[in-house]
Amino acid sequence: MNATRNAIGLGLRRGWTEFVLSLRSPQDQGFYLFMGGGTLLYLWFNRNSDITADGETIPVVAYSLPSILAALLAFGVVIGPAYALAMEREDGTLLRHKAVPHGMQGYVTGQLLYHSLGLVPMLLVILVPSFLLFDDLMARGASGWLTVAWVLALGLLATLPIGMVIGSLVPGVQKVGTWGMLPIIVLTAISGIFFPIQALWGWVQAVAQVFPIYWIGVGMRSAFLPDTALAFELTGSWRTGTTVLVLSAWAVAGLLVTPRVLRRMARRQSGSQVAEAREQALQWVH
Amino acid sequence: MIRTRGLRMSYGAQEVLSGVDLEVHPGEVVCLLGPNGAGKTTTIEILEGFRLPSAGEVRVLGEDPAAAGEAWRARVGVVLQSWRDHARWTPRQLLTQLGGYFQPWSTPERPRPYAVDELIETVGLTEHADKKIVRLSGGQRRRLDVAVGIIGRPELLFLDEPTAGFDPQARRDFHELVHRLSDLEGTSILLTTHDLAEAEKLADRILILTNGRIVASGSAEELTRQVAGTAEVR
Repeated sequence: MNATRNAIGLGLRRGWTEFVLSLRSPQDQGFYLFMGGGTLLYLWFNRNSDITADGETIPVVAYSLPSILAALLAFGVVIGPAYALAMEREDGTLLRHKAVPHGMQGYVTGQLLYHSLGLVPMLLVILVPSFLLFDDLMARGASGWLTVAWVLALGLLATLPIGMVIGSLVPGVQKVGTWGMLPIIVLTAISGIFFPIQALWGWVQAVAQVFPIYWIGVGMRSAFLPDTALAFELTGSWRTGTTVLVLSAWAVAGLLVTPRVLRRMARRQSGSQVAEAREQALQWVH
Repeated sequence: MIRTRGLRMSYGAQEVLSGVDLEVHPGEVVCLLGPNGAGKTTTIEILEGFRLPSAGEVRVLGEDPAAAGEAWRARVGVVLQSWRDHARWTPRQLLTQLGGYFQPWSTPERPRPYAVDELIETVGLTEHADKKIVRLSGGQRRRLDVAVGIIGRPELLFLDEPTAGFDPQARRDFHELVHRLSDLEGTSILLTTHDLAEAEKLADRILILTNGRIVASGSAEELTRQVAGTAEVR
């Protein structure tokens, strides 16, 4: 029996178990409903509004839905794993895996699967009611859905490692907000996800285009919106090739960097560290 | 099984271990006894490969634990302090999952991992096997920690303050389990405690660690004689 393959299989089983447990958890169900309900309320109250650029007008609902999906992808797969990793460093989960042979490989595989699967209910609670309540959301039919699928897959590969790296580097779970959430909120805000990026300064546009969130947004809009919406894009095109290139570059960089950062973090894990984190958490609570 | 020579560990200017020499032989149960802050956990974490020593030589199962590979890890069992993990899982799920990692290292002489039901019964968690871990009491949770530590049928087991939080019955059950592991499985065990009575009950040999040094070593009777001798001299 190959030990690495065995560990990856166990990791996949672990990811699936965590996902099923999450679906049964009232806390997680509440979170999904809150996110879904909040999004629908926003779309409902803007159902009669339009946005205009270069003489082109499109409904806010149509522009917002792909952008919201992109934002959820960015938040879900960056902040989710960052929190999980920081928390599981402190509660002993990671050390538990470090204490078994090939346990870290299994742990990371489980995390990747769990956070990828976690997007499914989130997408469903937003997409299903949106398509029931609003018209003309998907302008491109089957090819549009195909684009959604590849943007999701590539977006996951590009952003999941960022979450893992943040979770490995933050000093403690309380710091994820500052080190993880804040930069992602800023990057999402400047990435043209909530309003057309042309409204921002040139240098901000340049910064936004370095990061994957902007390109996930472009990719999602290219899937849902008609070509008339190109008026809202920077170069007047969907830049599909560049989207693939930038997201792939982030995915490859993540693939190269993340295992090293994780190994470094795992090397530093010990029982005393877990005990120390527990003491600090108790002090924080008191 | 374990051999250290001149083991030293410093955190900044503070020296926690100042030249620890210790040996554990096959099948032996050795207890590292000492007050809080004596360096017990640091020693055990170095031996487990979780910490790098500042200086000294360490061999565990013939290898340097800090550089040892996964095959070495499969031969070692670890029960640490302060687990709070996998709250939503059940003991059965957790043991099945973690036990799976040991399967590639199973041999006819030492089948790995333990059968989960058998192990759950051994640690007295049969009634709680399908409860969520978060609903277990402190003692039950600690028994689960022990089960996780031995799921891979280790040749060498590290137990760090294993009975902290146990009630008297759980403590007796645990002592029985340690004897069973040592007698039936031939597992070598190194455990830390600050409870002298527990050390006497469990260990073939006790090492007393104070201020980062082993100041006395021997069976409970030998140590008693040493102390009595010292008293007579005085």
